[in-house]
Amino acid sequence: MTTAISVSGLVKTFGRTRALDGLDLTVRTGEVHGFLGPNGSGKSTTIRVLLGLLKADSGSASLLGGDPWADATELHRRLAYVPGDVSLWPNLSGGEVIDLLGRLRGGLDKRRRADLLERFDLDPRKKGRTYSKGNRQKVALVAALASDVELLLLDEPSSGLDPLMESVFQECVAEERDRGRTVLLSSHILAEVESLCDRVSIIRAGRTVETGTLAELRHLTRTTITAELATPPNGLASLAGVHDLKVNDHQVSFDVDSHELDAALRALTLSGVRSLTSQPPTLEELFMRHYQEDVAR
Amino acid sequence: MTGTWTLIRLALRRDRIILPIWIVLLGLTPASTVAAYEQLYPDAASRAMLNASAGANPSLAVLYGPAYDLSTAGGFTAWRYGLFLALFAALMGIFTVTRHTRAEEDSGRLELIGSGVVGRHAALTAAIATAAGANLVIGLSIGLGLTGAGLSASGSFVLGLGVASAGLVFTAISAVTAQLTEYSRSANGIACAILGGSFLVRGVGDSTVSLDWLSWLSPLAWPQRAKPFIDDQWWPLGLAVLATAMLAAGAYRLVSRRDLGAGLLPGKPGPVNAPASLSNTFGLAWRLQRGALLGWTIGAVVMAAVFGSIANGIVDLVGSNEQIREIMQRMGAAQTLVDSFIAAIAGMLGIVTAMYATQAALRARSEETGERAEPVLATGVSRISWVTSHLAFAVVGSAVLLAFSGLSMGLAHGLRVGDLGQVGGILVGTLAQLPAVWVAGAVAALLFGLLPKATTAAWALVGVFALITLFGPALRLSQPVLDVSPFTHVPKLPGAEFTATPFLWLSAVAIVLFGLGIAGFRRRDIG
Repeated sequence: MTTAISVSGLVKTFGRTRALDGLDLTVRTGEVHGFLGPNGSGKSTTIRVLLGLLKADSGSASLLGGDPWADATELHRRLAYVPGDVSLWPNLSGGEVIDLLGRLRGGLDKRRRADLLERFDLDPRKKGRTYSKGNRQKVALVAALASDVELLLLDEPSSGLDPLMESVFQECVAEERDRGRTVLLSSHILAEVESLCDRVSIIRAGRTVETGTLAELRHLTRTTITAELATPPNGLASLAGVHDLKVNDHQVSFDVDSHELDAALRALTLSGVRSLTSQPPTLEELFMRHYQEDVAR
Repeated sequence: MTGTWTLIRLALRRDRIILPIWIVLLGLTPASTVAAYEQLYPDAASRAMLNASAGANPSLAVLYGPAYDLSTAGGFTAWRYGLFLALFAALMGIFTVTRHTRAEEDSGRLELIGSGVVGRHAALTAAIATAAGANLVIGLSIGLGLTGAGLSASGSFVLGLGVASAGLVFTAISAVTAQLTEYSRSANGIACAILGGSFLVRGVGDSTVSLDWLSWLSPLAWPQRAKPFIDDQWWPLGLAVLATAMLAAGAYRLVSRRDLGAGLLPGKPGPVNAPASLSNTFGLAWRLQRGALLGWTIGAVVMAAVFGSIANGIVDLVGSNEQIREIMQRMGAAQTLVDSFIAAIAGMLGIVTAMYATQAALRARSEETGERAEPVLATGVSRISWVTSHLAFAVVGSAVLLAFSGLSMGLAHGLRVGDLGQVGGILVGTLAQLPAVWVAGAVAALLFGLLPKATTAAWALVGVFALITLFGPALRLSQPVLDVSPFTHVPKLPGAEFTATPFLWLSAVAIVLFGLGIAGFRRRDIG
């Protein structure tokens, strides 16, 4: 297995702000990698370093086997980038921008361009000034997706798309993956991440806090258990993985870490289980936990 | 109107560097003339001579406006500076209003503000108030400065507030043009075209007795028509205030009638596919910069034609006044006055071209801050090819601009005197400004590469070059100060001896600065 992106210990400061603080990121060739984190956590900065637009203060980064700073021009021919906030030239039409960016990248597939314009329902004749945010993003998406490249760097590419276009976008990214392309997808839309991403990295305050497959990450979350028992519970409180235990006579509810689930259930059965509901862990909880910790800091 | 005060404070905060520069430059320049005048024209005889020569010359009236009485320091100041001060105050008003109205809308920032607790007219009111306030401060500074220099208070304030009132009219004109199109560049362009037209109209009116009424159509002429230091008439200022009020009312009506972000002039759809020319960074730069190059060229060609056609009228002055000839010669340093006048205008065209070169070079910066550089630099183009595509306009575009304006001035003068043989010499004299223009453009490139946040300083520097070149000789500034401007070092052609040395070293300086700027840009962060 080869890696398309390999970043370790990346540090980038702007004046007194430490935007990246030892960030690690590994994206394997051919995977769709979700890149998550609260606003201002350093996702866009990481992508800009990978594009050679910013020079990292320390740490190492390698992209498609090259150095993103020194080999920028060569590498850029093999990748396409969609910024989170797309600015277009006010007097160029969308079609002109798509062609321009495609040509600067080394050519684009005409048939695919036409196909994408239709699927995204984008009028290429409008001038840059007159597009809405969603339509500006579509222009950048069509330009990127119609290019024949190995790697797509997408920085919150669907934040302005309506639900219909969101599903078109997801289809397109799935097709890219099926063609063997690598995608780094920064996103806040959990459904999108769940349906598209093979692996995800969550960053906070310029550091990577979790990385792995979705299944592995789910494992890190807690299951919520509510049970009615024959006798008041015994010994639950002392179990390591049990949190937020609430006992109301025979009623009990608590959260339990996935790897302590077995021990917790065993402790419950000692008191005679009359009814039991369990809520499976959701990614949302995981993300919320990481995002909220950021707020608490 | 809710939120206007907050927006005014925002505007003042954003303009905290540029407005003080305008105020200091325009507010304090005229006061420094008074001493120079006393020195140059110490006695009644020399002043009478000045009146009889420069005061009666229609060619100079095109440039400076009507000379009512040059025998007093006040009358001279009003003649020599009144028009230019009004012109620059108008530019200040235009740029300030557009910056805080259409440019904000164009960039989408106004939408954010518009959605807050801010009235529909607040942005326009804040922009007008900021520009009007700055104009008023300039006017009062001129008045106080001239009074301090020993001139009559009423004349000083009629001149100062007259300048401010001309600035006000163009503030209001800009408030209207900001409503017309969707782009701030076009809003500035239309307003500046009206300003240029006003300059020309009053040039005809001021120099032709039978067409004197034409000048009343031009707000730029009104400050001098108030006859400061002579009659001290306040009513032309009232005319300006009335015009301002009517134009501003029109702007408010237009704001009410249109959507946020939209213009009144409709946009038309563009092509589905990009033309073949739009395939590389130069193609993109050409697409983005060609309009500005065309606009500047037309403006400079018209200006050069006007000056070329009046050049011969300067002959009337020959022999009549030693001092005037001395001033003209120091500005032009040439044998004949016509040559020296043309050389002086070539210098002015050089300054205009330096402004263009600065704007063309800084286009790279506005692409960067507008976040339009990033997607391009994320494709397979090198930073060098991207930045040099824009800088090419500062280098080659300036040459085009100078060539056309030199040709225009040469033809206008040649046709007037019936000797087209002079075209070549005038063209060479105008193109001789090119290395100095390059230095100005290269300073902008250097700042862009090394201190991107300080690129505005390039404009300040061009302003300093312009003041030194236009007013330095008349103000008898010392040589080291004059030497600051690259235009000081250009041989005054036609007329003066041609020497290659200054061209070589000015070009060398420009090359080094461009090189440093490009090298700096390669190494720095984008954004």
